[in-house]
Amino acid sequence: MTGPVVRPAPGASRPYHFPRFERTRLPNGMELVVAPVRRLPLTSIRIVLDLGARHELREQAGVAALTAAALAEGTTRLDAAALAEEFERLGGTLATYSTWDATHARTTVLSHRLEPALALVAEVVRTPAFAEREVDRLRGERLAELLEQKSEPRGLADERFSSWLYRPTSRLSLPDGGSERTVSRLSAATCREWHAERFGPALASVVIVGDVDPEDVETLVLGVLGDWTARPVRKATVDDVQRTLEPTVRVLHRAGAPQTELRLGHVGPRRATPDYFDVVVMNAILGGVFNSRINMNLRERNAFTYGAFSSFDWRRDAGPFVVSTAVATAVTGPAVREIISELERMRAAPPTADELSLATSYLDGVFPIRFETTDAIAGAIASLRTLRLPDTFYDTYRDRIRDVTLESVGEAAQNHIHLDRMQVLAVGDRDQIAASLEIPGLGPLRDVVEDDDEA
Amino acid sequence: MTSPTPTIPVIAERLPNGLLLTLSPDRTAPIVAVNLWYHVGSANEREGRTGFAHLFEHMLFQGSEHVAANEHFELIQRAGGTLNGSTWLDRTNYFETVPSHQLELALWLEADRMGRLLPAMTQEKLDTQRDVVKNERRWSVDNQPYGSWWERLPELCFPSTHPFHHSLMGSMEDLSAASLDDVAEFFRTYYTPDNAVLTIAGDFDVAEARALVDRHFGWIPHGGPRPALPPMDLPPTFGSSARLVVADDVAVPRVFLACRTPAFGTEESYASSLLSAMLGTGRGSWLHRTLVRERQLASAATAFTYDLSKGSDLLVIDATARPGVDVAQLEAGIADVLDELVADGPQVAERERVLAQVETDFVTALQGAGDRADQLSRFATYFGDPDLINRQVPRYRAVTDRQLRDTAASRLNRDNRASLVFVPKAAPESAS
Repeated sequence: MTGPVVRPAPGASRPYHFPRFERTRLPNGMELVVAPVRRLPLTSIRIVLDLGARHELREQAGVAALTAAALAEGTTRLDAAALAEEFERLGGTLATYSTWDATHARTTVLSHRLEPALALVAEVVRTPAFAEREVDRLRGERLAELLEQKSEPRGLADERFSSWLYRPTSRLSLPDGGSERTVSRLSAATCREWHAERFGPALASVVIVGDVDPEDVETLVLGVLGDWTARPVRKATVDDVQRTLEPTVRVLHRAGAPQTELRLGHVGPRRATPDYFDVVVMNAILGGVFNSRINMNLRERNAFTYGAFSSFDWRRDAGPFVVSTAVATAVTGPAVREIISELERMRAAPPTADELSLATSYLDGVFPIRFETTDAIAGAIASLRTLRLPDTFYDTYRDRIRDVTLESVGEAAQNHIHLDRMQVLAVGDRDQIAASLEIPGLGPLRDVVEDDDEA
Repeated sequence: MTSPTPTIPVIAERLPNGLLLTLSPDRTAPIVAVNLWYHVGSANEREGRTGFAHLFEHMLFQGSEHVAANEHFELIQRAGGTLNGSTWLDRTNYFETVPSHQLELALWLEADRMGRLLPAMTQEKLDTQRDVVKNERRWSVDNQPYGSWWERLPELCFPSTHPFHHSLMGSMEDLSAASLDDVAEFFRTYYTPDNAVLTIAGDFDVAEARALVDRHFGWIPHGGPRPALPPMDLPPTFGSSARLVVADDVAVPRVFLACRTPAFGTEESYASSLLSAMLGTGRGSWLHRTLVRERQLASAATAFTYDLSKGSDLLVIDATARPGVDVAQLEAGIADVLDELVADGPQVAERERVLAQVETDFVTALQGAGDRADQLSRFATYFGDPDLINRQVPRYRAVTDRQLRDTAASRLNRDNRASLVFVPKAAPESAS
């Protein structure tokens, strides 16, 4: 007795469209975007401000994140406890946070609770209280997070690697949430000022996705945000140039560490790079998916690690390109050599047709699976404005992926992988790994101490 | 203002070879999820083979008779799908979400490894995956602050003879000892259709899917007898306050406090699950309100249940001290919160708030085909009835204030608390 042994062929595929949405500009300058998705009685509400850590001065690093967090800690009408209870009564969870590019306030509720939930999210964004007690506590929590991170090799490696990529005077040389020094100086007053000067309808988009009628939504939004007239001022002059232009290896010592957290990379392209799709496909082949070259080499061929991946951090400014992995201490040097050889190979010749089709058919096919939830759709729509993308972006995404060629991937590798300015960070046991990190072409080993992030 | 909680269609059927099939069609998006639960986990490991169920899960991606090593990943990714597997105390699951016209590929891949795994197993593959798993252990447990909590806490809460006592990830020694013979024996014993649940959720035609399942899984023979798990019933409470202090390479103290609670799926478990949410889900919860906001003893404080369906469950409080706060202060603060909840019981308005959150979370989780399939498999595996998914919100609603007070009094009291306490090492090693 035996079952079918021949690999089944696919059936006929069914069409998929990214949900249709309508973008409207309200009289006060605010944008409203509504996408009806009527599968389940759910609605996601998201207010997004075109305002993030990139708009901060270096000296006030962390103010956007602290302000965003403090939005959820009380309004001029409701104190922190009462506000939390109001959201919970509606069955919603309020999330407020900022990224390098934007500030978000979002929740998802059953659709019959849209009206009170929308009013509450609007209230949080317009009239936060910034009570000293709550802001001081949140600042303490951020400082605690920074303290805890010093004993957490993974997070420490991620954050230090990114910070070290940029010039010491650049805002980007500090974490998006700020450093110990800058966060210590923030207060309720700084948050109040940041909010008063920079929050306003001209920078805001309200994104509503779910089981809703667009006309009803516009009426509701006008009712709670139509008379918002703040005139925000903000500008950004971001220095996203790489700090060290020659290859450098740094070690952050953790005595007795059983693994070394490795980060290799350099400053990558801005999101606006014209060859974005070529870079996305190139990265999928290099280290973006499980069957990529780097993971197959380090995990499945050499068993150095549980996983190894590469990524481009797509932001308006030039974000990091980074290869990340954690390897057994004894194989730290060999692992770095394997990663370097994969980067060289990616540059040296275009991928095979098989590799290209694996990457493009994956990115093409998985596209609908990325947007199964109303919240994911709302996030995708919000990023169009904060990343300066056209409204047709998701409609043409799959065609653009399919248009990528062997030659364009090869060019993307040559244009965006730079071995001549490769930066390496190893968080591990220096005494056991230092000798193996003396690798020709990677530059001399530099020791670093934990707290030189302010240098 | 209310609306009825949505339900999803559920069709369940047992094949002649024992495979329990669950179908839940939803044709709104061209996406389908295939989800297989095998009713085997670390609880089924024999002495000297801790970590084997999880190592075995890795081996299931190393190919089968008609699939090369890692080709499962490649074929699903090429089809535009996502996939993975995971191992738990009492089950192991494997899942794919694919564009709906690729349903048969996912079924064929799962059937090939259920029916014809062993011809592909080699010593070299086992050696490689053993090293990968050892690196997974270093990554998630050994080189991670507090990383040992999830093997220390079950050790503390279950007696040494209990199947949930030992580490799911396993010891390095036991991983080294695992052999190809172990792989074959484990496969023949536990990876049989009668020990599995197959769920398909999303965009498919019921008759077509039913025929595909027959074709690809129908031929796989029923398995033989399996060793029964030892008895897992325990007294309703620990009967004491166990406490284990671990000096670790951490910056601030962190406390995991567990209470023994009724097994997931029992009527009383819905009360303990609501109590867990009141204690530690969201900014309005008792722990956040008291320890984080008012007394500022913790930078984070949450609670959750393991949702174990055999014997008994655990309700766990997880609180991290603010820098400068002594671990004794934090522990006393947690005890105060629990004592107050035991003495006064929750307020009526609180019950309504938690129910509103439970309902939103439930409907939100129905959105993804993979999540729906996984929940259906869970109820089918543990209770033989996938349609229980549609009765969860009503069962939470049926919990009375009296039940909440009684469960708090009997399960959160001082005779039923076990604490795992991490503290910074006295003399931290300095950077050279």
